[in-house]
Parts: sequence; C-alpha cells; structure tokens
Amino acid sequence: MAGGHSTYTPSSGIGRWVDQRLPLPRLVYDSFVAYPVPRNLNYAYTFGGILSIMLVVQILTGVVLAMHYAASTELAFNSVEKIMRDVNSGWLLRYLHANGASFFFIAVYIHIFRGLYYGSYKAPRELLWILGCIIYLLMMATAFMGYVLPWGQMSFWGATVITGFFTAIPLVGEWIQQLLLGGFAVDNPTLNRFYSLHYLLPFMIAGVVILHVWALHVTGQTNPTGIEVKSKTDTVAFTPYATIKDGFAMVLFLAVFAYFVFYIPNFLGHADNYIPANSLKTPAHIVPEWYFLPFYAILRAITFNIGPIDSKLGGVLAMFGAIAVLFVVPWLDTSKVRSAVYRPWYKLFFWLFVIDSIFLGWLGSRPAEGVYVVMSQIATAYYFGFFIIIMPLLGLIETPRRLPNSITEAVLAKTKGSATVTPHSAAAAPEKRA
Amino acid sequence: MSAHDTTEPNRRDFLYVATGTAAVVGAAGVAWPFIDQMRPDASTLAMATIEVDVSAIEEGMSITAKWRGKPIFIRNRTAQEIEEARATPLTDLKDPIARNENLLADAPATSADRSGGEGRENWIVMIGSCTHLGCVPLGQSGDFGGWFCPCHGSHYDTAGRIRSGPAPTNLPIPTFSFISDTTIRIG
Repeated sequence: MAGGHSTYTPSSGIGRWVDQRLPLPRLVYDSFVAYPVPRNLNYAYTFGGILSIMLVVQILTGVVLAMHYAASTELAFNSVEKIMRDVNSGWLLRYLHANGASFFFIAVYIHIFRGLYYGSYKAPRELLWILGCIIYLLMMATAFMGYVLPWGQMSFWGATVITGFFTAIPLVGEWIQQLLLGGFAVDNPTLNRFYSLHYLLPFMIAGVVILHVWALHVTGQTNPTGIEVKSKTDTVAFTPYATIKDGFAMVLFLAVFAYFVFYIPNFLGHADNYIPANSLKTPAHIVPEWYFLPFYAILRAITFNIGPIDSKLGGVLAMFGAIAVLFVVPWLDTSKVRSAVYRPWYKLFFWLFVIDSIFLGWLGSRPAEGVYVVMSQIATAYYFGFFIIIMPLLGLIETPRRLPNSITEAVLAKTKGSATVTPHSAAAAPEKRA
Repeated sequence: MSAHDTTEPNRRDFLYVATGTAAVVGAAGVAWPFIDQMRPDASTLAMATIEVDVSAIEEGMSITAKWRGKPIFIRNRTAQEIEEARATPLTDLKDPIARNENLLADAPATSADRSGGEGRENWIVMIGSCTHLGCVPLGQSGDFGGWFCPCHGSHYDTAGRIRSGPAPTNLPIPTFSFISDTTIRIG
C-alpha cells in the first residue's frame, strides 16, 4: 500500500534542485506526511513513535554522560557519584538515562503486547515482527551492559550471574565465559568491553529500527480490525492525523516519565547498587532490573533435571527459549483471523498471558524458595503453553466472530454511521498491495 | 563473451576462484585477532599463583583469599564437621565426583578427597563461587551446615558438596599444596 505514486512536488527552485540530486525530502514526505495510515488506529499504535523518541533520549543523554564517566574499576563508581554531585545538571542527565531505560522497556512491552493482541506478526509482516524481536534482544543486551557501568554491587553480581549463564553450555561454556569477561571473573577488562559495547549497540538498534520502519512501510500498518486496507476511504494521511495522535501520546508518556525522573528517580532501581562492587561478597538478595524479572523467574523455575539436561542448563535454555519463541510466533499462530477483537477465545488466553507475564515478573522479585518456586513453575508452563500449545491449536478449533468487510465498514458500524458505505463498495476495491 | 567459453578453466575462472579464496581466508584471518583480544590477557594470567599464611586459622575458623578475581574459601574444619562429611554416603550426593584439581578427574567426593587429604582432612580449600551462576555462598549456613548460596538457593555441606538447589556440581577445589605447615600455595 506504500507503493502508490509519490505525490511530492517541490515548491521551490532549491527543492527541485535537491530532489533531482538526492530525493531525501521526497522520502520524508512520502514516509511521514502523505503516507496513508488506517483511519481506525487507536492509542495502542502510538508506542512505535514513543519508542523512537526514547531511543533518541537514551542516545543523547548517554553521549553526554560518557563525557564524564570513567570506565575503570577504580574510578567508575566515583565518577558516577561525581556526575550526580559535581557535574552541572549531571543528576538530571543520569536520572533521565537510568529511568529512560525503564520507560523504553515499558513502551516496548506495550508495543509487543499490542502486536500479539492484534496479530500484527501475521503474513505478510513476519520479517517486520522478527526485526522487532532483534531490536528487543539488542535492547536487553544494551540495558544489561549499561547497568554494569556504575560498578555497584548489583552491577557486579548481575554481570557475574548473567555471564555465568554461558558456563551452562557443555564443553565450550567456560571458554565462552572467559571470552566475555576477559578474565576468570568480572573485573576491569569486563567493565571496559561492556562500556565499549554499551556505546555501540544503541546505534545498531537505530540501524535495525530503520529496517523495521522500512518493512512497516512496505506492508503498511495493521489496525485494530486486522483487515488490510482496501480502498482510499480506509486510510487517512500520516500528517496531520497520525502525527498529532503520536505527538499527543508522547506528551502524556513523557509526562509520566518526567514524574519518575523528578519525584521518584530511584523507585525502579536497587539501593544495593549504591554500594561499590565487592567481588568477595554477594548481596543477600540479587535481582535484575524489573524488565528482566519475568525471564529471571523462568530461569529459576527449572529446578529439576530433564533427561540428560541438568537443571542449570535447563534453566538457561528455558530463559533464552522464552525470548526465542517470540521469533517463531508468526508460524505458531494458525488462525486465519488476525485481530483478537474477532477471536473471543484468543482474547481470553491473551489477557491470561499478560497477567501471567506480570505474575512472572513479581515472582522474579521474590526469593527462589518454597511456594514461589512452584508458582514460578506453573507460570512458566503457561508462558510456553500459550505459544506452543494454545496458539497453534486455537487457530484450528476457534470459531471467530464475523469480520466486517472493510475498515471503513467497521468504523461506520461503530459510530452507527450512515448508509453511504455499503459492504459491496469495499468489496469492489479488492485488496491491492504494492 | 560466449566465444571465449571453453570447458577448460580459463584465466577468468582462475581469477574468480583465487579472489574468492583470498577473501574467505583473509576474512577469517582478520577476524581471529578481533576474537583473540577478548581472551584473558597476560596480566590477568600472571595472577595465577598466590601464597596464603594459614597459621592463625584455628579450628572452626575460615578466611577468604582472592585468586584470579575469585574468592577462595580456606577453612579449618571442626571435628564434628569432618565427622558429618564422612558419615554422608556417596549415594546421597548430587555430584559424587571430588572436583579436586589435585586428584584424578574421577576421584570420589569423600571427605578426605575434598580436603587437604590424609592428615590434613581438617583443611578445606575451595573456589567460593557457586557452580550455578557464580555468586559467593555464605559460610556455615544452609540446611547442611556448610555453605548456602543466597542467589538461587543452593545448599553445600561441610565438605563443599552440593546437596540441594540448582547448582550442578560441588564447589571446585583449585590446584593447591602446603609448601610448609602454615603456608598454602594456590594455583
């Protein structure tokens, strides 16, 4: 649907001159001004824009923090305190960066759940979805390495535990771990390479984001009905309609972000990370940042051996599997109907999955003992069951609700609209895709 | 073009194969130093041996030394702890192997093989890094009177053997020797 003819007409001589040599203004105009978007997008669809703003916030604050930070085990902790106390506005920049990471993940989780709810991953958007999964993985790696840099107790022990995952790999595990650490334990070489990679990965994210947006603009956006755009009445122009809607959502989102930054900047962090790293003493209760907690709960839920796989390797495999399974979601879901709006059973299981994920997050913050272990095992079973059993089976046995013939019909039915648009007017414009 | 096509490899084919080969071998050759530089460097490897004076460690006392960036637990075990470790049948152990660098790889995890050996069974020297994910276990706690890892709940007994929890193996024993009655060399 993006394939229509470009409607860009440069209005000035300079505009025409540039357009004949490097048609960048044309690309921007076609992608973000005239680009047609479904007319029924709701606020769940604004998080893509919010995410791009958060990436910019993280890169900008990160680049200036790097001007004051020292990546050495002797200096790192104190240089962060110097940023907080001595550097002009340093406290603000660091709190923006630290809370920005959390809000980046809040936005990405809503964005992913939105995709799962409206079936955004289904053909022809499989690559779009997979690119999103890659961005999510890169985000996790970036956030993890960034959290190590202040060189507090949680930094050190989080790095120890997470690089320890690799020792679960048979035969080469320890070699890989030493390769990551640059030594036998987390130390100065580890901090240096994490700093280098923490600076690099956001730009790789930006690169994949470009591919993600490109893929989006080839297939066009989905919408709450899950029906492809069929006629001109199904769409509105990106500007002003989507621009202003995204902009308004960004303002609300950034207002909540600002509340955290200015009033409760350490609410999402751990007090233990204000204690300098000590390689001889593990904090009594180590937990990762909140956005990793569901996966941490899955890691700890595997307390039993599965055939030749011991519990340690099993836990690590389950944890990575919980992310890997996202990549194959387009092929796990067998339903021909895209949106959960028309899938009563899928809707139920989807919301149970959301609750399950939040529950896993809470369990990840609890100690790994007693009843929490059993609850983690049940919640982990549902997490995988949702993808591996419910998604494929439900598509085969569920009776979906009747689909409207077009986006326009769905919108007008909702507003008890006029009879000007009849089902066959939409049917007269068969689906066209560039 | 087709006039030059022959079944015999011609000069163009040779250049094609030679260029491709040079590119592949070259890429692999260039990639290696980029991977190699990540491995532990010479200064890290140089920290391979330490000597620890244990003359002040009375029965029932422990110290933690640092070797290769990791904590080393050195404990002078009490008679009761040794007795408990001896009384545990090997069939009760999750990991029946000694994991002792000073012994054969398949040595059983008896109290003696986990310690300084005959006559020095009271001394236990282990890398204090949980075999699960590398946290430092807390001494003299847990369900078996040995070590307990607070991260993910692994319990080790008085000989540092894994008894319950997610850790797969006993706490490893590094290469060490008594170079005198009161000095241990580790590494």
